[in-house]
Amino acid sequence: MQSLTNRVKPVDRKPMTFLEKIYLWEIAKGMMITIKHFFRRKPTIKYPEEKREFSSVFRGLHILNRDEQGRERCTACGLCAVACPAEAITMEAAERKKGEEHLYREEKYAARYEINMLRCIFCGLCEEACPKDAIYLSQTFTPSNLTRAQFIYKKDDLLIPDPNKDPELYAKALGDRKKPQ
Amino acid sequence: MVLLSFDWFLIIEKAILISIVIVASLVIAMYETWGERKVAAFIQDRIGPDRAGFGGILQPLADGMKLFMKEEIIPNSSNKFLFVMGPGLAMLTAMMTSAVIPWGGHLEIMGRTVPLQIADINIGILYVFGVVSLGVYGVMIGGWASNNKFSLMAALRGASQMISYELAMGLSLIALLMLTGTLSLRTIVEQQSTGHWNIWYQPLGFIIFFVCALAECNRTPFDLPEAESELNFGYHQEYSSMKLGFYLFAEYVNMFISCVIMATLFFGGYDIPFVNDAHLYEIWGNWAALAQVVMLMAKVIFGIFVFMWIRWTVPRFRYDQLMNLGWKGLIPLALANMVITAVVALLKYNNWHF
Ligand code: SF4
Ligand code: SF4
Repeated sequence: MQSLTNRVKPVDRKPMTFLEKIYLWEIAKGMMITIKHFFRRKPTIKYPEEKREFSSVFRGLHILNRDEQGRERCTACGLCAVACPAEAITMEAAERKKGEEHLYREEKYAARYEINMLRCIFCGLCEEACPKDAIYLSQTFTPSNLTRAQFIYKKDDLLIPDPNKDPELYAKALGDRKKPQ
Repeated sequence: MVLLSFDWFLIIEKAILISIVIVASLVIAMYETWGERKVAAFIQDRIGPDRAGFGGILQPLADGMKLFMKEEIIPNSSNKFLFVMGPGLAMLTAMMTSAVIPWGGHLEIMGRTVPLQIADINIGILYVFGVVSLGVYGVMIGGWASNNKFSLMAALRGASQMISYELAMGLSLIALLMLTGTLSLRTIVEQQSTGHWNIWYQPLGFIIFFVCALAECNRTPFDLPEAESELNFGYHQEYSSMKLGFYLFAEYVNMFISCVIMATLFFGGYDIPFVNDAHLYEIWGNWAALAQVVMLMAKVIFGIFVFMWIRWTVPRFRYDQLMNLGWKGLIPLALANMVITAVVALLKYNNWHF
């Protein structure tokens, strides 16, 4: 049959030679290969102690960011939820009351903000959609939980620590990840 | 005073020796499982179990724990008595062989010479063969009693494989026995203590013996009785908990014992190479005997490593290839080896006159 590409390789159907037939020599050759691997450096990364180097734009779990005064940036516009291809984000908006100016930057804020981490595909589109720079993807990953319900991250799980009260934790949560432009 | 004329010291000495040998074989079998996983991992560019203890050294204990904790299931349609007896039998036959193996020279304790061997019977090798061929009953009975097609098939495979390879194994040993002229394992070791290891006289015999030993232990490439991909684990498919553990364990004990026998027959047993052992006894006394035991263990551990190395290199044989190799390859080779050895031995006996 004429082949469609020129990449066809005919199968070698030569009868086995004597050396191949008594197996021993071939087995010895194979064993030489495996023993080479035995002494080779192992690429294993012992995970909890060592961590893999991430790219600077790695997309891990989300954080809800605050501004310099420690106020929540999110204004519950819903753009992230619309942008999300996995429909993982839900929120409920509320109006800022008098005296809450130190808590929320905008007049409207998210009273409830949930991301279902089992649905999320970590595409980062929510981050790109957000006009207020409120949602970021961090370098944290591998969350583990015992139930599915616990994978729906509430606002408490997502909000970043206050930069004025807890600068260290804030910096840690932010990581050195660059936001893609 | 009939009681006093009885040699109580002998009984105590043997009892201690037996317990030591049994405990040692079990511990070694335990660490073989760890070694197997480590060797497999290293060959596959991984690092293997390293969480339990330093370098995973407690892993076998964790595995044992797990097996003990598992639910014990006895299938309704199985033959209960034989089902329970199978693993026990496998374990028993695996352990029994160690009785005739000389583990080292002799100790001097309170003016008595204590040989490091449970029983120095003059038909040592025959005993080993007798017990090893009983080993197939563990597989057969377990496979049959589980009342499962796959298990039965695996049991049949195991039986036919063991019978075929035992033949070649026996024939390869006959050539060796013609050279040594004795069946006692201790005498064979002592003959080799000058550094003339039997492997130099019987290289072909050794290769045949080695291949057959792999087959007898159901190790890859001959692990057809427990071929996971074909038979869903083979004869121990219906087993759970420590009964399964016994089967797996028996396999490792078997591997240990066959390496010991190989070292004894072909590699000078407990003989320390390049050193005059008798001379060593004069300098070191009892420590020399221990050094000999350590030497034997070193040889055995190397043998076990080779077993594992082969396992993680070679894929499993097809069943017809297995039978072809056994009947058409190894048996004629062993026969030829035997005849050639016989001719040479006869010539030598006649001072090289025809
Ligand atoms: S990362 Fe993608 S999938 Fe996950 S919440 Fe954001 S937009 Fe949705
Ligand atoms: S996170 Fe950003 S896009 Fe999403 S609701 Fe808040 S402000 Fe809008």
